[in-house]
Amino acid sequence: MYTFSSKLKTLSIVLMILGILGIGYGFLNAPKNTADVEKILKDEEAHHGGGHHEAAAESTHEMPKVLSAEEHHAAAQHEEATHEVAEAAKDTASVKLLDTISVDSTKVAVAPVEEEHHAEAKTAHAEEHHLTAAEEKAHHEEHVNHVLHQLQNKPWSALYVACIFVMLISLGALAFYAIQQVAQAGWSPVLFRVMQGITAYLPVGSVIFFVLLVLCGLHYNHIFVWMADGVTEKGHENYDKLVAAKSGYLNFPFWIIRAAIFLIGWNLYRYFSRKNCLAQDESSDNSFYKKNFNISAMFLVFFIVTESIMSWDWIMSVDPHWFSTLFGWYVFASFFVSGITTIALVTLYLKSKGYLEHVNNSHIHDLAKFMFGISVFWTYLWFSQFMLIWYADIPEEVTYFWTRIELYNLPFFGAVVMNFVFPILILINSDFKRLTWIVVMAGIVILFGHYVDFFNMIMPGTVGDRWFIGIPEIGSLCFFIGLFLLVVFTALTKAPLLPKRNPFIEESKHFHY
Amino acid sequence: MSSNKVIYAIYNDDDVLMDAVKKTRAAHHHIEEVFTPFPVHGLDKAMGIAPTRLAICAFIYGLCGLSFATWMMNNIMISDWPQDIGGKPSFSYIQNMPAFVPVMFEMTVFFAAHLMVITFYMRSRLWPFKEAENPDVRTTDDHFLMEVAVKGNEDDMVAFFQNTGAVEVKVIEKH
Repeated sequence: MYTFSSKLKTLSIVLMILGILGIGYGFLNAPKNTADVEKILKDEEAHHGGGHHEAAAESTHEMPKVLSAEEHHAAAQHEEATHEVAEAAKDTASVKLLDTISVDSTKVAVAPVEEEHHAEAKTAHAEEHHLTAAEEKAHHEEHVNHVLHQLQNKPWSALYVACIFVMLISLGALAFYAIQQVAQAGWSPVLFRVMQGITAYLPVGSVIFFVLLVLCGLHYNHIFVWMADGVTEKGHENYDKLVAAKSGYLNFPFWIIRAAIFLIGWNLYRYFSRKNCLAQDESSDNSFYKKNFNISAMFLVFFIVTESIMSWDWIMSVDPHWFSTLFGWYVFASFFVSGITTIALVTLYLKSKGYLEHVNNSHIHDLAKFMFGISVFWTYLWFSQFMLIWYADIPEEVTYFWTRIELYNLPFFGAVVMNFVFPILILINSDFKRLTWIVVMAGIVILFGHYVDFFNMIMPGTVGDRWFIGIPEIGSLCFFIGLFLLVVFTALTKAPLLPKRNPFIEESKHFHY
Repeated sequence: MSSNKVIYAIYNDDDVLMDAVKKTRAAHHHIEEVFTPFPVHGLDKAMGIAPTRLAICAFIYGLCGLSFATWMMNNIMISDWPQDIGGKPSFSYIQNMPAFVPVMFEMTVFFAAHLMVITFYMRSRLWPFKEAENPDVRTTDDHFLMEVAVKGNEDDMVAFFQNTGAVEVKVIEKH
């Protein structure tokens, strides 16, 4: 039996307290109204005034927002045009340019981003046609309102990303566990109790996550634009034709019922699988093992369907104008590899404390192989999604990556480095896969990389260019990691770490690669 | 000591062979070669053979393939004739890189796989029309043969191998 070390317990509680403080700080620091935003924008202007828009400096002093690189370039070209060609030609050129910009980024963009580029395009317009003061004021107000939404979203999104990421880690571990059962793997039964410990977070995480989803539905935040008032109402100022057309699927009651079904389904499997596994210890035949085999097979079918829908509901619908067919697989790969990595890290921790006498470095080697292989699988899906959209360059699809590359350049490509380049170079070596410190180091990088991956999936649609990995983000992550450690290691103390009567346990004890 | 004599100890079970190999090593007889009809798990370790470096070769070949693909695509698509093909940006390699990744990937795999196989053939001296080296034709079917150099007392050694469970022990003059 495992006894929860008091040091680890203290650590998890400290993490949770620090996390709550960080989360609270994030919410307190979010602007309450447009007046706060005006102040923030003024401060920003003072901070990086001029430097950013050299090319367009003369005419864009009133520009409320820093131009992104592409438009910056466009603006620069534009300036040249104004100097070199005649008035008429200039006007056509400007219209053309603006057209390109709006086709590229406005027409069908992610909703908040859409507004943003509207604002930009219009400001650019204003600069050309000298809009009246009243119109300019209206644009400014629109922009301030937009920034207000982004900044108010920030602590919520930080909470949402950390919450879904840590919950999906335990779901990934659960999927891996079910696969091991169904595949009748001979190596992994010694790790079943570790996996069950990790999946013990699922019920806790599900409840918190579900509450968060309900709060979204009650309009406590603007994470999901399709939930806003009047989006489906013709004639309303928020009316959005594209979202309205999807409202048969994207409406709150249906959405929250789906979420409930998925979470309950996963938790039921976890509950019964663990119950049967413990009952098998005391049993005199293999009936509970066979029961577990059957429910695992059924769970995997249920899982792959619900996982796909879950990824549309909880992640893709943050950008309701965008869709991708392999998105479900991509999300799956991301949390599946995180789940496996967590299994490896918890196993190594318990092993180092002397609790897993039958786990040898061949088991670690196998886990590391899975970390390596699924990391490559994630990259394959990441690249397939990116490259297909980049290659065809269809405006309504490409905006998704356009915002990420323009505004999230470092996290977007940094995730590829952390989730692909690093593991492929480190974990390709068979000897390295047996070394504790290598696997731990690679595991930490992979986990952090997949947090950034989830960050990249959610944040551009909710906070746009206002992202930062600051106190709210780190605080949320600390809180959920602390909770995860507390729940998981408490669960590990509840049952012996070695299943007794599993038909493959002897093989697993002597597993040698 | 300068005799070219070798002993052929023939076994008909891989477990017996493994035991014999361990005993032979323990008795400090030099095993020249073991012939088996199929891979015997753990035989290389029992014989004390150094691990293969073929995987390291493959990794390096893969890097060569990746470099070659990068150089080739850059030379053709960017340096030599940077045409506008369907609006793909051909101003620099990185701008059009996603389109080259399938080529880079396949080239990496192609170089790694083929050069590694060729390396294997060369290192194990395998080629068409090569004369087979079976000391005993039964070793390709159901017998295992251990070849040990004769050093010291020949009769003692024969007795030793008969004790290891060999079904047949022969002394052969090798040229």
